[in-house]
Amino acid sequence: MLYFTIRRLGLAALVALTVSVLAFLLLHLSGDPALALAGEGARQADIDMIRKTYGLDRPLVVQYADWLWHILQGDFGTSVYFKTEAGPLILSKLKTTLLLGMGALAFALLISIPLGVLAAIYKGSAIDRLCLAIAVLGQALPNFFFALILIMLFSISLRILPVSGSGTWQHFVMPAVALGYYVAPAFMRLIRAGMIEVLGADYIRTARAKGLPARKIIFKHALRNAIVPVVALAAVQLGYLLGGSVVIETIFALDGLGYLAYQSITYKDYPVMQLIVLLLSVLYVLLTLAADIANAWLDPRIRVS
Amino acid sequence: MTTPTLTPIVPGAPAPIELTASTLRWRRLRRNKALLAGGGILFVIVMIALLAPWISPHDPYFQDLAYRTAPPVWYAKGTWLHPLGTDQLGRDYLSRLFYGARISLLIGISVALIAGLIGTAMGMAAGYFGGKVDMAVSFLITTRLSMPVILVALATVAIVGGSLWVVILVLGFLKWDRYAVVMRSATQQVRSLEYVAAAQAAGASTWRIVWGEVLPNVVPQLIVIATLEAASAILLEASLSFLGLGVQPPLPSWGLMISEAKAYMFFSFWLIAIPGSALALLIFAINLAGDGLHQLLTPEERA
Amino acid sequence: MADKEIVLDVQGLTVDIATPRGALHAVRDVSFQVKRGETLCLVGESGCGKSMTSLAIMGLLPKAAKRTTRRLSVLGEDLSAARGRRINALRGSKMAMIFQEPMTALNPAYAIGEQLTEHYIHHRHASAQQARDRAVELLEKVGIASAGQRLTQYPHQLSGGLRQRVMIAMALMCGPELLIADEPSTALDVTIQAQILRLLADLQAELGIAMVLITHDLGVVARIAQQVAVMYAGQIVEEGPVEDIFATPRHPYTQGLLGCIPVPGRTPPGESLGTIPGVVPSLVGDLRGCAFADRCRYVQPQCRDTIPVYGHPPEQQWRCIRQEEGVTA
Repeated sequence: MLYFTIRRLGLAALVALTVSVLAFLLLHLSGDPALALAGEGARQADIDMIRKTYGLDRPLVVQYADWLWHILQGDFGTSVYFKTEAGPLILSKLKTTLLLGMGALAFALLISIPLGVLAAIYKGSAIDRLCLAIAVLGQALPNFFFALILIMLFSISLRILPVSGSGTWQHFVMPAVALGYYVAPAFMRLIRAGMIEVLGADYIRTARAKGLPARKIIFKHALRNAIVPVVALAAVQLGYLLGGSVVIETIFALDGLGYLAYQSITYKDYPVMQLIVLLLSVLYVLLTLAADIANAWLDPRIRVS
Repeated sequence: MTTPTLTPIVPGAPAPIELTASTLRWRRLRRNKALLAGGGILFVIVMIALLAPWISPHDPYFQDLAYRTAPPVWYAKGTWLHPLGTDQLGRDYLSRLFYGARISLLIGISVALIAGLIGTAMGMAAGYFGGKVDMAVSFLITTRLSMPVILVALATVAIVGGSLWVVILVLGFLKWDRYAVVMRSATQQVRSLEYVAAAQAAGASTWRIVWGEVLPNVVPQLIVIATLEAASAILLEASLSFLGLGVQPPLPSWGLMISEAKAYMFFSFWLIAIPGSALALLIFAINLAGDGLHQLLTPEERA
Repeated sequence: MADKEIVLDVQGLTVDIATPRGALHAVRDVSFQVKRGETLCLVGESGCGKSMTSLAIMGLLPKAAKRTTRRLSVLGEDLSAARGRRINALRGSKMAMIFQEPMTALNPAYAIGEQLTEHYIHHRHASAQQARDRAVELLEKVGIASAGQRLTQYPHQLSGGLRQRVMIAMALMCGPELLIADEPSTALDVTIQAQILRLLADLQAELGIAMVLITHDLGVVARIAQQVAVMYAGQIVEEGPVEDIFATPRHPYTQGLLGCIPVPGRTPPGESLGTIPGVVPSLVGDLRGCAFADRCRYVQPQCRDTIPVYGHPPEQQWRCIRQEEGVTA
């Protein structure tokens, strides 16, 4: 187990490093970053000054090393738009986005686990087909469209949820649903397939022969084994959730990282933008790592060896 | 070669049908409801997109200022002049809907092609050669998976400037990961089959083997992935355009239409509902057809 | 000899499985009784319906299978019409079953201590500590050393023989009166097989359990059973005390089975062992007459009609039109 963890950590570090290079290069896509930073209609003198201030005339490798060095020391630079230090700015928004992401995942699991288990138990029946139909339909709806529908329904017509802001937990309900519903079908299909396979296993027959109640057999014995791939999928879907938070947070004016990313992009606040890309990527790498380790831990054959 | 006539065993019974391979294939296709339904809807949408210039009642860019935000014909104030109403600038919604199909389909197909080429090449190389090549490709896939696509696409478009072709290129160069993963494992499976070893023993060049033996056998899975990825690309473009960083106005991208109508949605919900439903229908059809294709092309799961 | 109590009474058990080509009659009108402290062996080749019979008794048939019986009583209580709740209460507590494959019969995700105690806690409403003590007691009884430490181990850490012993301990946790063992030793090494069978025999003698042991191996029957029922194509074709069946088999199939076994001292060296020509007939659709007719050396036209059953329990009975003495092949 220990050896496994160390190897995965090493791989994660390597990936994070590569991602940092890519995030850094993002700014240089346009050809002349000084021009991009200065904006349209800037004078040549301004452009030159910017080039000097940001050290954009140095070789790329030096710029990258410098940037990375600063980041590792905790110096994240200054936001061009917000005129404040980028580090604290980003961290303050992180909590909101994490809450949103977890809420979305929780919602997805909340509807996908029961549906998946039901579909597996009643495999081939009308219930099964209904669950699959819901899955296909769910994945066809664009998330921003669904978000707008939710707003129309719950904020305008029924008036039970707030449209925008991030003050109370109610502010997170619609965003979590709008973000989470899209990944639910994938989980549902996975749980269904896993349960179908597990329910045919010999140890389930043993559990039945022992006279255990059905509920215990399904949840304690079957689901416990079927849920293992769900952990890995959760990490993969997290990537979608992190990305999708940009759209959802912008619609609901939720003051999180996604919204900050959108603002930084629209206002050409490139230092912040680079940092967010880097941060979210590293976050994703860490989450995948955690999922891999959790996966290995859940399988006693790897844990106790 | 004359086909033998099949005489019935019991005299008087109708002659049994000769079961050729193509008959069996046709039967399976007929029973595959997902593919038929999805394919059918898709066909209609493609036809609409192709024939848009001829079937649209108006020019999608023309601003009929007398009829701004007119409701669809089933409302009280609706008119048959604009069956699906108009947007805030007086542009006919039905026409914009038809032309929007062109954009969505163009995005879907182009991105699928570009990403498919990149991803398939990488995946097949990794699956066929194994070893260091596989390690390198797997590392690239992991790295790419760590980067949130929307964010990178947004940033890139913001820096380079938004347009239809920028969106296509950016998405094409980002969304190759699924192709690579699936093609890699498919190639690995095919590679271990005997006829590849036979070809190698016969001295065929690597290129020949890959092109002639491996590729034809991974094409079914490739097609299934391509359809699902096309749907994903269409959704991504819609999201980008919705945020203002995709296709630029006045192009009638469905995502852009929803974005432009956002401010008016409280009073004129159809401005959002119509393009949104169109998107959902297109994605649904593609996913359905993709599922059907998957069923059709993997006979072991037919049960 | 005092009449021992009948623990399991099966009368007219039939199991039909729905298939696209019609109903498959896996078990056809099977009847037998097992007394306390007695072992009945169900013997037959693969597909003869012996496993289905045991699953039908325990109520563990797959969804597509339908069971009908005239009578199915455990300890005097008729279970033929019992609902799930009642069956669940008896399963694991009064009647227990162990299966053929110890490798897959245990849940890989939980320690064996947990799997040993969970149904004991459920049925007896015992505390965790009581359950653990009982588990240790039983693990020692089945011959597992350092039982206390074993409780925290996982199935993958045990060998096949050990796992089967754990399965036996698990079956005995709640003190059942009926134990059904479906080929308990078949999947194990030859050396372990004998140990497991001896263990079962000892436990039965000590605890007075009624046991139904399913096997395809006549050697097992000779070693452990008092009663034997020979099954063929879903029916019991011959049953009775083991000594009688082995000495004077009446049904041609039983004769054929016994003829396949080399007997030291009796079978002349160099002579080929007997085989039974032909294959088992299909069990789908309407079945009439004797299922063994196509392979029987004594077949006659009457064999296609209803076949009588000669003899009555507890003595030897057989299902054949022939009544005269059988001859070992």
